[in-house]
Amino acid sequence: MVGSALISGLGLGSMYGLLALGFYVTYAVSSTVNFAQGSSMMLGAVFAYTFSVRLGWPFAAAALMALVLCALYGLLVELVAVRPFASRGSSAWLMATVALGIVADNTVLFTFGKEPRGLALPAAAASTTVLGVHVSALQVAIPAVGLALAALLHWFSRNTRHGKATLAVVQNADAARLMGINVPLAIMAAYALSTLFAGAAGIMIAPLATVHSDMGTVFGLKAFAVAILGGITSAWGVMLAGLMFGVVESLITALLGSAYTQILSFMLVIVALALMPHGLFGRAELKKV
Amino acid sequence: MKRLLIILALAAALPAFAQEPIKIGLVTALSGQSARAGEALTRGLQVAIDEINAKGGVLKGRKLELVRRDDESVPAKGVIAARELWFKEKVAVLFGGLDSPVALAIVPLANENKLPFMDPWAAGTPITKNGAKDNYVFRVSAVDEIVDKAMLQYAQKTFNAKNCGMILVNNPWGESNEKGLRAALSEKGVKHAGIEKFEGNDIDVVPQLSRLKAAGADCLFLVGNVGPSSQVVKSLDRMGWMPPIVSHWGPAGGRFTELAGPSAKNVHFVQTYSFFGKQSAVGDKVLKALMAKYPDIKGPGDITPAVGVANAYDAMMLTALAIQNAGSTDGPKVRDGYYKIDRYDGLIKTYSKPFSPQQHDALNEHDYVWAQFIDNQIVPVGMKQ
Repeated sequence: MVGSALISGLGLGSMYGLLALGFYVTYAVSSTVNFAQGSSMMLGAVFAYTFSVRLGWPFAAAALMALVLCALYGLLVELVAVRPFASRGSSAWLMATVALGIVADNTVLFTFGKEPRGLALPAAAASTTVLGVHVSALQVAIPAVGLALAALLHWFSRNTRHGKATLAVVQNADAARLMGINVPLAIMAAYALSTLFAGAAGIMIAPLATVHSDMGTVFGLKAFAVAILGGITSAWGVMLAGLMFGVVESLITALLGSAYTQILSFMLVIVALALMPHGLFGRAELKKV
Repeated sequence: MKRLLIILALAAALPAFAQEPIKIGLVTALSGQSARAGEALTRGLQVAIDEINAKGGVLKGRKLELVRRDDESVPAKGVIAARELWFKEKVAVLFGGLDSPVALAIVPLANENKLPFMDPWAAGTPITKNGAKDNYVFRVSAVDEIVDKAMLQYAQKTFNAKNCGMILVNNPWGESNEKGLRAALSEKGVKHAGIEKFEGNDIDVVPQLSRLKAAGADCLFLVGNVGPSSQVVKSLDRMGWMPPIVSHWGPAGGRFTELAGPSAKNVHFVQTYSFFGKQSAVGDKVLKALMAKYPDIKGPGDITPAVGVANAYDAMMLTALAIQNAGSTDGPKVRDGYYKIDRYDGLIKTYSKPFSPQQHDALNEHDYVWAQFIDNQIVPVGMKQ
């Protein structure tokens, strides 16, 4: 019982982590986030379904195309819902990103349809039994891909010129600008990456779940809780917090029953934040005056 | 010439006035996730109305006419539509209630104004058992508390189940069935392996199911709409555990095979009718009429969901008898007209005194059939492999 709950928890947790990484990348660069990350995730699943099932593309091509479109959607989010407000020092991007998410959800509702659809992935259904616990290929692939993407992000930011430039923006946007780093471009890249992560999560969740227009709403909210819990300033922290949240959620359900899942898991988030206000792995921001 | 034309027009209008049609209202979801079901209700009613009109209508030649409104599965919109149909369109009988919450919202309006309300779908127990002294609500459909008894009976008989676990969607429908299943179990003195709830948009139900498995469940009672039900089946697949699954009719609401994968066929769920297999004379007649009227229906597999068509057809036929018995379209008289129905050879069964002041539900546990999904089609259990 605990074994299969752990497998479930790690799978879901890495998805929370991926969405939360999306919050992290944009927050790090611009101190703004796309609150409707759940919608970006939904778009990943809907695009993948449309290309692979409706248009009959091979799954890999469909997934790639879906990721490209998700990244483009990220650029749109930044252009329409963040930049106009953030550039004026207003916090209205908070509401604007939520609004754009609702627009995306409803557009999908009318174009994709209201009926939930299923995206079968035969390769993912293969399964094996490890130590008495039944594990399917997809359940192994999801945390693997999640962690790999987090690792890739870490490597990119430390070892490439663009990555280092982005880190410079994170440290001090004005100084970075003076050094000739294109700050708006870095922010755009961060938004594209952020929705790309969410889209990847959506594509991987699609075969596990059903594809429909509000599949990301609750998931996005949980991912935001995870991002805050991890301390939104640490990439690995956010990913770890995602894994922890997923595992704790599954274990509570398995050991105490589903009646307690939401109550206890979110209570734990509050307790954790009360004890560690900057999140489990975050650092206090120094405000220099 | 002009005068002649006016006289002719008046002459033409006169019999039409005398033979004013009787309006039958329908409030249901015509858009959204349940639109297919709303369309099925429409088709069942329309085929019955066409048949009645072809035989000369009711009350000495008055034709029936269907007026529909969309409730979008929202109770408030259902009530507004019901008001409009009753008070503005003056429908004699209102059909409605695909979703139990919508039906429950319309019930008080029916009883306060003494207007007959016929429910051909929503299964919530308190819709007909609403506690009103003067009850104007009738139903030709499944009823939660009776379905729950039937689920237990089926699990015991078919699977020799001794310790079933419940996996229920976390909403009022799941709650209503938890109550019903508990009552059915305690009536027979049978224990259960546990009661687990899951959210409609949960991706993974493995932890809940693991608990039931660890508690030794030898069968599952499933209550949830088609999406959530498919999450349960997929989670069972991932666990490599496939106990018998006895379900309410949620899976019938959509593309269950597509959503749940090949294991969808393991779910046996309740239905009130199937157009597959050998049909009665009424069944043949209705099937033929449906195929003639709707070009997209080429065989029994295209009538989805079949329960909507069948329930609506029988409910309309019974309603025509009630109006005939009443001798008018006056609410209280039509209500008593339902009580006076003696015998009707219907699609689902032969009804014998289906309604009485104590009994507003025409169907019971003997009228249910058990079905499964094979290749995206609902067929009676065991008919196809």
